[in-house]
Amino acid sequence: MKPAPFDYLAPSTIEEACEQLAQAGGGATLLAGGQTLLPLLALRMSQPFILIDINRIAALKGVLRAEGGTRIGPIMRQNEVIADPTLGTALPVLVTATRHVGHHQTRNRGTIGGSIALGEPAAELPATAVALGASVEVRSTRGTRRIAAEDLYLSPYATALEFDELITALHFPDWPTDTISMFREVAMRPGDFALVGLTGALTVKDGRIARAGIAWFGMGPTPIKARQVEAALIGQSTTGLDVKGLAELAIAETAPFDDHHATAEYRRTVGRRIFARTLSERLDVRQTA
Amino acid sequence: MSEHPIRITINGRPHAATVEGRLTLSDFLRINAGYTGVHLGCEHGVCGACTIILNGQAVRSCLMLAVQADGTSITTVEGLAAADGTLHPVQQVLRDEHGLQCGFCTPGIVMTLAALTAGPEKPKADTLLNALSGHICRCTGYQGIRRAALKLAAEPQGSQA
Repeated sequence: MKPAPFDYLAPSTIEEACEQLAQAGGGATLLAGGQTLLPLLALRMSQPFILIDINRIAALKGVLRAEGGTRIGPIMRQNEVIADPTLGTALPVLVTATRHVGHHQTRNRGTIGGSIALGEPAAELPATAVALGASVEVRSTRGTRRIAAEDLYLSPYATALEFDELITALHFPDWPTDTISMFREVAMRPGDFALVGLTGALTVKDGRIARAGIAWFGMGPTPIKARQVEAALIGQSTTGLDVKGLAELAIAETAPFDDHHATAEYRRTVGRRIFARTLSERLDVRQTA
Repeated sequence: MSEHPIRITINGRPHAATVEGRLTLSDFLRINAGYTGVHLGCEHGVCGACTIILNGQAVRSCLMLAVQADGTSITTVEGLAAADGTLHPVQQVLRDEHGLQCGFCTPGIVMTLAALTAGPEKPKADTLLNALSGHICRCTGYQGIRRAALKLAAEPQGSQA
């Protein structure tokens, strides 16, 4: 259980890191919190020639309220996200989701950007970024671009990021103050990856749903945005919702698979139920069925 | 393959070394620095036995490279008891509540609980019990460990034990 040899680089600026990534020509891996990468190195499932440690780049830290949203430095530790008062007010569902990432000990090292860049399909943070309409700002020696979270994930652990690109910021748009969180996760044990997870937010104005952002994790090869149920919810009165019908619609776009923990059918059943229960509890509606 | 000079303070004592980039912090602590209280169970971040306190926070030492710890201050289980052998409060409460059997997982559990109880305010029982999910113990069935954790909490009556 020892990593294969590599060259270790620890740049102190974004420019330096991008230069090193470009020069490595695909032979380098970025090290952020390392809570997934270090096991992959130890098991030799990952054997990069060069490891670029971005933890010493000060410009990748911090939280800033800007551009009608919140800009988060990607190497913010997950436990820092949980403790951050700005994020607690602006993005409560992001904080709730982060509480479910790994364990206390791994959240002390694991970063929000690392989790979003990895694209584990059963992870909380990529799905939450997709649900809330977040985007990532990426930099390379070729320039800067923004990628919407929902365009970022291609298949398990495969993202739209090029080998020479570094995530320099995460942008989460503001949601109105009368927004409620929609988060529920079913896992074998606390800290495990989800068997089924629901994340997102609903804005209720004058008794009607004005905005909806909902996504699933553990329900397909990538985070799955539940566009059909989002569209169906908007404009509806929060009293007298057809919760059962909405739950069926909510899982319409999911593509869960069988594995040694659960069958696809189990995941769909649990998905319907946690959607219905979360919607009912959060909107305080009475289920008729 | 690259080599790097590092300086780390371990249990209050400065250590300087030159390490390969790929050396994990856990191997550095055990092999180079001699702190064998850092136990290696799985070496890939699952079991929690190698947990140490890095700059005040409980982290898994197998999930860091030694070179990343350059400039930090680390406490291992060897650094907790007083010079005269008086146990740290976390060690004492685990002993009182029979929170260990073979003892392999114990140093990690001790470090997590020590990190969370180091501040002026006692943590909530939930905080401590949730943090225990980061440790695997194959002997005790966890009940003694949970009782010990609850004794350290702000509301130690133990309704959840």
